[in-house]
Amino acid sequence: MPDGQLGGPGLPEGAPELPDAVDRPRVGTDEWVAQVEERREAGKGLTGLVARGWERVPAPGRLLLLLGPFAVFPFITNEGNLFRYGLITLIYALLALGLNIVVGFAGLLDLGYVAFFGFGAYLYGIMASGHSGHHLQAEIAIPIVVVASALVGLLLGLTSWRLLGDYLAIVTLFFLQAFVIFVNNANGGPSDFSYPFVGRVDLTGGANGLDRIDPLNFFGFKISTTEGYYFYTLIALALVMTMLYFVNSSRTGRAWRALREDPLAAEAMSTPVNRLKLLAFMFGAATAGFTGTIFGAVQSGAFPGDYDVGLLITIYAIVILGGLGSLGGVVIGALIVNGAPELLRSSANARFLFYGVLVLALLVAMRPWYRPLVVLVGTIAFGFAVHAIVGAAWSRGTAGHIEGGGALGRGLEHWVLLPTHPGRIAGWAYFGLIVAALALTMVRGWWRVLVLIPTLYLASFVWENKLVEQVSGATRLILLGALLVVIMNARPSGIFGTARVEVA
Amino acid sequence: MRSLFPPVDWSLFFGELVSGLTLGSIYALIALGYTMVYGILKLLNFAHGDVYMVGAFIAFFVLQWLGGPISPAVTGWLAIAIMFAVAMLGCGALGVGIERFAYRPLRNAPRIAPLISALGVSIFLQNSALLLWGPQFRDYNTFDLIGVKSYSIGKNFFISNIQILTIAASIGLMIVLTLLVSRTRAGKAMRATSFDREAAEMMGISVDRVISFTFFVGSALAAAGGVMFGIVFGQIFSLMGFTAGLKGFTAAVVGGIGSIPGAMLGGFLIGLTEAFSTGYLPGGSTYANLYVFALLIAMFLIRPSGLLGSPVIRKV
Repeated sequence: MPDGQLGGPGLPEGAPELPDAVDRPRVGTDEWVAQVEERREAGKGLTGLVARGWERVPAPGRLLLLLGPFAVFPFITNEGNLFRYGLITLIYALLALGLNIVVGFAGLLDLGYVAFFGFGAYLYGIMASGHSGHHLQAEIAIPIVVVASALVGLLLGLTSWRLLGDYLAIVTLFFLQAFVIFVNNANGGPSDFSYPFVGRVDLTGGANGLDRIDPLNFFGFKISTTEGYYFYTLIALALVMTMLYFVNSSRTGRAWRALREDPLAAEAMSTPVNRLKLLAFMFGAATAGFTGTIFGAVQSGAFPGDYDVGLLITIYAIVILGGLGSLGGVVIGALIVNGAPELLRSSANARFLFYGVLVLALLVAMRPWYRPLVVLVGTIAFGFAVHAIVGAAWSRGTAGHIEGGGALGRGLEHWVLLPTHPGRIAGWAYFGLIVAALALTMVRGWWRVLVLIPTLYLASFVWENKLVEQVSGATRLILLGALLVVIMNARPSGIFGTARVEVA
Repeated sequence: MRSLFPPVDWSLFFGELVSGLTLGSIYALIALGYTMVYGILKLLNFAHGDVYMVGAFIAFFVLQWLGGPISPAVTGWLAIAIMFAVAMLGCGALGVGIERFAYRPLRNAPRIAPLISALGVSIFLQNSALLLWGPQFRDYNTFDLIGVKSYSIGKNFFISNIQILTIAASIGLMIVLTLLVSRTRAGKAMRATSFDREAAEMMGISVDRVISFTFFVGSALAAAGGVMFGIVFGQIFSLMGFTAGLKGFTAAVVGGIGSIPGAMLGGFLIGLTEAFSTGYLPGGSTYANLYVFALLIAMFLIRPSGLLGSPVIRKV
C-alpha cells in the first residue's frame, strides 16, 4: 500500500477530509457499539469488581462456582428442605434453561413451554406407572420422551414459520390451554373422545391425575431417595448447561442471536431462519420433556394443575430475572424465585422477608445516602402518629393481633393499623396502594420522599391485613407479576443479562 | 331402511345458532380491543382479558350497591344501563392506566419486552381479583332483575329477551365504534397513527393521547362484553378473563388483526364455532375450546392475515 493513503501528508492542500479519518465521528457506526469497551470498564466499586472477576474465570470454573454449592447442600440439610429448596430449584433451573433457548437465544416468545414439561411427565407416566399398567425401564422411556417432546415441539414450531413474534405467543398460549383441557378430560369417560381403532382410553386419569408413576429405574438400578433425585438432576443440569454453553458459542448459537436481534436482517444474510426456529423449539421442548420425566417420577404422579399458567409465569420470572440468554443467571434466578416464595410459606418468615426487602430496596435504590434514612424515620414516625390518632378515634381499628409474629410482630402491633374486620377496608387500601405506587413513578426528588412515606405505610397495612393471608397462592403470583412489569421497565434485558445492541 | 340423511333437528340447530351469536357478540367486543391496540401499537395486550373480568366485577358491585337484583333501587333496565356505564368508564380508566405505566415506557424497547410486561400485568390483575374477591362464583341473578322472557318464531326458533339485548347492544356498540373511527376527528387521528406513527406525530397529532384514547375505548368495549357475559350466563368468577381473552384474540386474528369489521366477523365466527362444536362434534361439550384452537391454527395455515386483513408487508 503506498503510504499516505489515509489522510495525512499525501493529500493535496484544501482537499476534503476523508470521512473515516480517525478523529472524526464515523458515519454509520452505532454509538452503543463504539462504546462497548468503555461500558465494560465502567462498572464502579464492588459490583464492577465482581463482574470483571467473574468474566476472568474460565468457563469450567464458572460452572463449578455456580453448581458447587449445590453439591454440598444435601450434606448440611434435612430431607424436607432438600426437596423444597434443593430439588425443586434444580428442576426449575433446568426448565428455565430450556426456555432460555427458545426465548433468550432465539427470541421466540413461546408461552406453551410448560405444556412440554407436562407432556414429558404424562408420557413417562403412560409408559411406566401402576395407573397405565406398563413398566418401561427409564433408559428406554426417557429417550422416547425426549424424542417425542422434540417432535411435538417441531409441530408447534411449524406455526412459527408464518407467524410474527406476537402471533406465535398467543398460539403457543392456546396450545398450553388446549393441553390442560385435554389432560383434564382424557380419562376415557363418557365425555371423552372415542379414538379410531381403540375406542375410549383412559390416557391421563383426568382431573384426578395420573398416579403411581414408577421411580426412575436405570438398568435395574432404582433411584428411590430425594438425595438420589437431587444428584441425578444436578448432574443433568451440569450436562445441559455445558451443552448449551457450546451450542451458544457455536455457529448455531450465533445464528440464533442474529435471529433474535433482527429476523429480517438475518434472513437477508441467508441465515436459514425457519430451520433455526424449529431447532430452537425442538431443543426447548426436549429439555422440558426430559425435566418432566424427573418431576413425574419425583412426585410419583402427574396432575393437570401443575402444568398451568402459574408455573409458566414462574419460569418466565426466572429467565427474566436471570437475564435473557444468560446461562448462569438462570440458576441464580431459580434460587431467588423458588427460594423466596418457599420462605414466604410461613407468615413469620414472610414478614421478615417483606420488611427486609423493603428496607434493602430503599437503601440500594435511593441516592444520596441520607434520603432512605429520612424515609425510614419518617415512615416509622408517620406510622406511630396514625396509630395513635386512629386508636383514639376508632378503637376497633387497632384491636387486631398478629398471630405468632415474635418480637417483630409484637412491635408491629403498636405501629400498623390492625382492624378487627379488615375485609373491605383492606380491599380499598390495596387499590390505594396500587395508585400510590404508580404515582410514585411520576414524581421526582423530595416529592418522591414525601409520597413514599405514606406509600410504605400503606404497603405494610395491606401486607398485614390482606396479602399475608395467601402468601403461597395469590400473593406470590401478584408479586411475580409486578416483578415482571418492573424489571421490564427498569432493565429489559434482565438483571444478569447483557444489554443488547439497540439500533433505533 | 333408515334414510341416508336423518331429519334435521331444527330446534337444536337454532338453539346453537342463537347461543353462538350471543357468545360471538361478546367475543367480538373483546376482539375489538385487541385489534385496535394492535393496529396502533403492534402490541398484543395480554391483559385485555383481565380487563374484561374486572368490568364484569365492577358491574356486579354496582348492582350490589344499587340494592341487589331482588330489590334494586331503580328499575331493572335502568340498573343495567348504570352497570354498563360505570363498568365501561372504570375499565376505560384501567386500560389507560395500564398503557401509561406498563407499556409506554417500553415503546422503544426490544419487541419481547412489552409482551412480557403485558403478561405480568395480566397475572397481576388476575391474582389481585383472586385475592380481593376470592375464587367463588358471583351471581348476577338476571332472572330476578329484569325477568327472562322467551320469544318464539315458528315452532323451533326460540330467543330470550336477554339474548336479544346482548346481540343488539353489541351491534349498537360496533356501529358507534365504526362511526367514531370513520367520521370523527379522534377517529381520523387514530387511523393516521395506526398508518404511520412517526408521520402522524410530525403532522401535529398527539400520539400519546391517541394511544390513551384507543386503550380507553378498547377497554370500555371489553368491559361491556364482561357485563354482557354476567347478564347472559348469570355467573362471573375471577379467572374468567383468561380463556375469554384467548378467544377474543383468536377472533381478532381470524378476522384479520388490525381490521375493525374483521374483529366483529371473527367474533361471531368463533362464537358460532364454539356453539356448533358443542352441539355436533364428538366430545364437543368438553373439548369445544380445542375446536376453536383448531380453527385458529387452520386460519394461520390458510390465510395468516385473516379474513379481512391485508397481507403484512415487512419493512427493513
